[in-house]
Amino acid sequence: MDRNEPLDQIKSRRDSALKALVSGVPYMNWLGIRFDRRGDELTAVLPFDRKLIGNPHLPALHGGVTAAFLEMTAIVELAWAAMWEDLESGRIAPDAAMPDSLPRLPKTIDFTVDYLRSGLPRDAYARANVVRSGRRYASVHVEAWQDNRSRLFAQATGHFLMPQG
Amino acid sequence: MDDTETAKAGDADHTRIAQQFIEAIPHARALQMRIDEIGGGRAVISMPWAEHLVGDPRSGVVHGGVISALMDTCCGAAVMADDSKPSSTATIDLRIDYMRTARPGHRITARAEVFHMTRRVAFMRAVALDDDDVGNPVATATGAFTAER
Repeated sequence: MDRNEPLDQIKSRRDSALKALVSGVPYMNWLGIRFDRRGDELTAVLPFDRKLIGNPHLPALHGGVTAAFLEMTAIVELAWAAMWEDLESGRIAPDAAMPDSLPRLPKTIDFTVDYLRSGLPRDAYARANVVRSGRRYASVHVEAWQDNRSRLFAQATGHFLMPQG
Repeated sequence: MDDTETAKAGDADHTRIAQQFIEAIPHARALQMRIDEIGGGRAVISMPWAEHLVGDPRSGVVHGGVISALMDTCCGAAVMADDSKPSSTATIDLRIDYMRTARPGHRITARAEVFHMTRRVAFMRAVALDDDDVGNPVATATGAFTAER
């Protein structure tokens, strides 16, 4: 680490790497998912949109949307944590304009979603915690909430196959 | 009309009503889901491959979340199609096992069935296929759904 590295250079490196990671996935853009970053901590944000509704009567978010949002949060967190050291040391510099520079994403082996309450027709947030990350396999837990951080509307656990090489 | 024909007409009616039900769900419509079969605690729902659903641009494979959305909708539809006629349902938990990647450009079909129904809970099983080979699924799912009476 270089203590005297200019702050804007640090921020631009991290933000463009994150943007490259996220913008490479068409489905994520279609759902409207974006990521807020504080240092290395990521918070996924799913802005509400009508096409995300699964129950028009309540209305409530579609369970599949919730699952996709949580799975995406887990994958991005995992890829982000895995590339952090290489990014900070300058060994890699992912660029959205150059698909080959993008790190390969982990593949989902299984994903279990726990629906705690119905998703409201408003923005949703999620944070993932890499519980165990090995060379080949990783286990990730994700929590999602809307108005109150302590009132989760869904949580999930997934296992992932890490990209090799 | 003999009994079989009445049953068939009933099935067609069922499918039409279920299709209207699906089309009232914005997300199901956004994914262009189509009900192929429904009734007796079973549902078959399919959807086309599309560019914007891709999770890995290098391979063109759809994102796992798309499969989740299809499986969840299909399980919910199968619960509602149970002979005990629940008034509504919600997902309690859903586990998806991703067996292999779905082939780019191929339609994905989910088949869900009520594995066991209790008064308040429906235990569901489902598979997602990208061809007719039930023995080679893209993904399988097990879930618990509420069964409101």
